[in-house]
Amino acid sequence: MNLRVRFFASLREAVGRPEIDLELPDGAGHGDLLAALEARLGEPAMAALRAGNVRVARNQTLTDQPFAPADGDEIAFLPPVTGG
Amino acid sequence: MSVPVDIRVETRDFDPGAELAAARRRLGGAAGAVATFIGLVRDRAAPGQPVATLHLEHYPGMTENSIRAIVDRALSRWPLLDVVVVHRVGDLAPSEQIVFVQVASAHRAAAFAACEFLMDFLKTDAVFWKREDSPDGRRWIESTGDDCRRAEAWGDGNA
Repeated sequence: MNLRVRFFASLREAVGRPEIDLELPDGAGHGDLLAALEARLGEPAMAALRAGNVRVARNQTLTDQPFAPADGDEIAFLPPVTGG
Repeated sequence: MSVPVDIRVETRDFDPGAELAAARRRLGGAAGAVATFIGLVRDRAAPGQPVATLHLEHYPGMTENSIRAIVDRALSRWPLLDVVVVHRVGDLAPSEQIVFVQVASAHRAAAFAACEFLMDFLKTDAVFWKREDSPDGRRWIESTGDDCRRAEAWGDGNA
């Protein structure tokens, strides 16, 4: 399955890029997704993504972790938001 | 009949007078009250320091949906007739307009309350990120404790 993973704001800066595309084996789970991310991004970036205040959106909807990724998913890592 | 809701996320500035005129045309004689809020970029630099600029980012699609969810909660609480939310992104200098909320209703109480409700949840629930850029460096800004308390005080269960 193919996924796009996006990083916003401070997390984009921590990762050093706005998005990456991942190819995972069919049937891959949440742990496989994190392992693939870690292999691509390295530990300092992963530490930023694992911070307790980071939320994850799947196809633009906030989701709890763990979740089962599916082909075509857009996964986004979101630091704390503020508007206004 | 569904209530006109206009949600825009843009880099360009907005014209509150034009927004009000457009709403009056849409409303005809239905509304007796329009409440508006305009947020400005405040200079957060220390006295004597060059001004800091504010950099705003969003997640196209998800950001508009997050604003729509806040507006829908307001629509379920008050009998509103017209809602406009404009939020700017990009690089903004102190004193620039950053956010515009305009709410119309038959009577003023609903317009006042809904305008404040929308702003309180834009602070805590809308998908934006703000970075303050100054000669001293860059700093990402988070909702303040006061922002969160104001949102929680509405008892809406989402703060």
